[in-house]
Amino acid sequence: MKNQSLIDYTLHLADNALIIGHRNSEWCGHGPILEQDIAISNIALDLIGQARNLYQYAAELKGDHATEDSLAYLRDGWDFKNLLITELPNGDWAQTILRQFFFSTYQYFLYQQLQHSKDERLAAIAAKALKEVTYHLRWSSEWVIRLGDGTDESKQRMEKAVEELYAFTGEMFLPTDYEKELATNGISVGPESLKEKWTDKVRSVFEEATLASPFKENNSAWMQSGGKEGKHTEHLGFVLAEMQFLQRAYPGAEW
Amino acid sequence: MNKEWPLWEVFIRSRQGLDHKHAGSLHAADAAMAIENARDVYTRRMEGVSIWVVESKHIHASNPDDAGALYDPANDKAYRHPTFYDLPDELKHM
Amino acid sequence: MEINLEKHFQDTVDAEIKIEPKDWMPEKYRQTLLRQISQHAHSEIVGMLPEANWITRAPSLRRKAILLAKVQDEAGHGLYLYSSAETLGISREEMYDQLHTGKAKYSSIFNYPTITWADMGAIGWLVDGAAIMNQVPLCRASYGPYARAMVRICKEESFHQRQGFELLLTLSKGNEAQKRMCQDAINRWWWPSIMMFGPPDDESPNTLQSVKWKIKRFTNDELRQKFVDVSAEQVKLLGMVLPDKNLVWNEARGHYDFGAIDWNEFWNVVKGNGPCNKQRLETRKKAWEDGAWVREAAMAYAEKKKEKNVKAA
Repeated sequence: MKNQSLIDYTLHLADNALIIGHRNSEWCGHGPILEQDIAISNIALDLIGQARNLYQYAAELKGDHATEDSLAYLRDGWDFKNLLITELPNGDWAQTILRQFFFSTYQYFLYQQLQHSKDERLAAIAAKALKEVTYHLRWSSEWVIRLGDGTDESKQRMEKAVEELYAFTGEMFLPTDYEKELATNGISVGPESLKEKWTDKVRSVFEEATLASPFKENNSAWMQSGGKEGKHTEHLGFVLAEMQFLQRAYPGAEW
Repeated sequence: MNKEWPLWEVFIRSRQGLDHKHAGSLHAADAAMAIENARDVYTRRMEGVSIWVVESKHIHASNPDDAGALYDPANDKAYRHPTFYDLPDELKHM
Repeated sequence: MEINLEKHFQDTVDAEIKIEPKDWMPEKYRQTLLRQISQHAHSEIVGMLPEANWITRAPSLRRKAILLAKVQDEAGHGLYLYSSAETLGISREEMYDQLHTGKAKYSSIFNYPTITWADMGAIGWLVDGAAIMNQVPLCRASYGPYARAMVRICKEESFHQRQGFELLLTLSKGNEAQKRMCQDAINRWWWPSIMMFGPPDDESPNTLQSVKWKIKRFTNDELRQKFVDVSAEQVKLLGMVLPDKNLVWNEARGHYDFGAIDWNEFWNVVKGNGPCNKQRLETRKKAWEDGAWVREAAMAYAEKKKEKNVKAA
């Protein structure tokens, strides 16, 4: 019997990694300095690699001749379960850095727990990815601090990025039905359990970056959500149109 | 303000037990960034297990014009090399 | 004294001993190296652009990862080369400035557009193939830092050509549209690729001196011939053809004869009239200018931190 929740959850994890990896790859050739062009491409490569591992597993679970590529290239937007924050446009370096920092912090605490999942495949994928994510978190934290405490301009740009992105962080901790179901079996991580650690980490990095805390006292900030259940921003459609073009134009071709 | 990030020299230990060897250079704003850049630039193919970086301006180099005075005198000290000594073949483990 | 230095320098080069940054060298040798190395570095980073075009459109996750890794390698190669030029007493920023103001050139091949996915294959096979043919002898260039950078580059470059050929091979076995894509890309990239070796020897005045200084090991025409010979055989494996009616094996010469190169096109692209010259340069300039505030911020932060550490000590 197919475990639909497990398929959905694995796809959710895979879509997150693919879409943000795809976004980061847009920087290749356009970075602010050669060394950082290489750094962000490395992160993109790690994330695309994680996505492949997860899609391969999802394809096995799904059967019906599904492959990593059919899952990445032949599903439409409403089937994608990535967090909205991963599909947002790159903006400037501040926005890309902050998106990566918010996401890596989340992924770090998530994989830390997921490596103990009762599902051995997910546990193994998480354990391997955790090493990469540890580095992404370190790299992006340092950049948040540098930009926050750099020049007046970089601080302003960071503040603007916080304004743009903060409303997309709440979704990380809202459990979907598939997460709830799997959490009771010890397979998935209940995302609400990550919120405190995530908040602490963000708070401490922001403090070092001399950036104002984005957290409201009564947690009243409005948060965008829906991505995990296939309700996306306008941006995803364009990402997919570009990414899936060849597979769609030449159905069934080998590449 | 338009200041170029300083240049750093990168040294990489390719395997545990080997010396760090000069790999090349790169630009970085500070030492932490230099190490991370070195990791991304010079170890993309598992070339290293340990990285040293030093700002290029801190490296003091000998002058090539002094090469004669510095290195030639070692030329005629063959007695520093084990093959200098003629010993009977029966002597083992030495 | 000057004459002795020159003679000593040439003797050193003739004895295949490398020249290192602090060694005496003729000013023209330094200039020639600077021009060649920086031009090569610029080619690597401008060369990222036509391929980066397709990273977001790569048709499978495997291809996406390969292409991204490859373009990233090119950034690395640019970096190695800029570093080796920096040992000659020029900063990377000065070199960028020369690129952005049009004073420095880069390989003209990157002024051609990448319009189909097959172009990723043709670039790997032909453009990287030609580059490798040029670069392998440079691993023995007389200037140490350049030779060392080239050793590293050539080691990494071999996967680039192989992935390109594999990509084309897959297309050549695919559906009609894919086969057409494959042949079309070969048609468009073949001539610019063989132009990559530079003008013919009798119009390349600097070659002789560069060979004497062992910066170059072979002349443009020698390398071009070698490349044509190799490619004419490889294309058969793809079941495709090279777009040259005059390409025939010449038993007497032991080489392939090939048709006349349109040097008028070549010089026009060099002069800035290629299909993408303006676009490529604008993109590079924009990336550099957009990054200015990032570089400044990192520097400002590093200095603040240094001050703090001094105070704390």
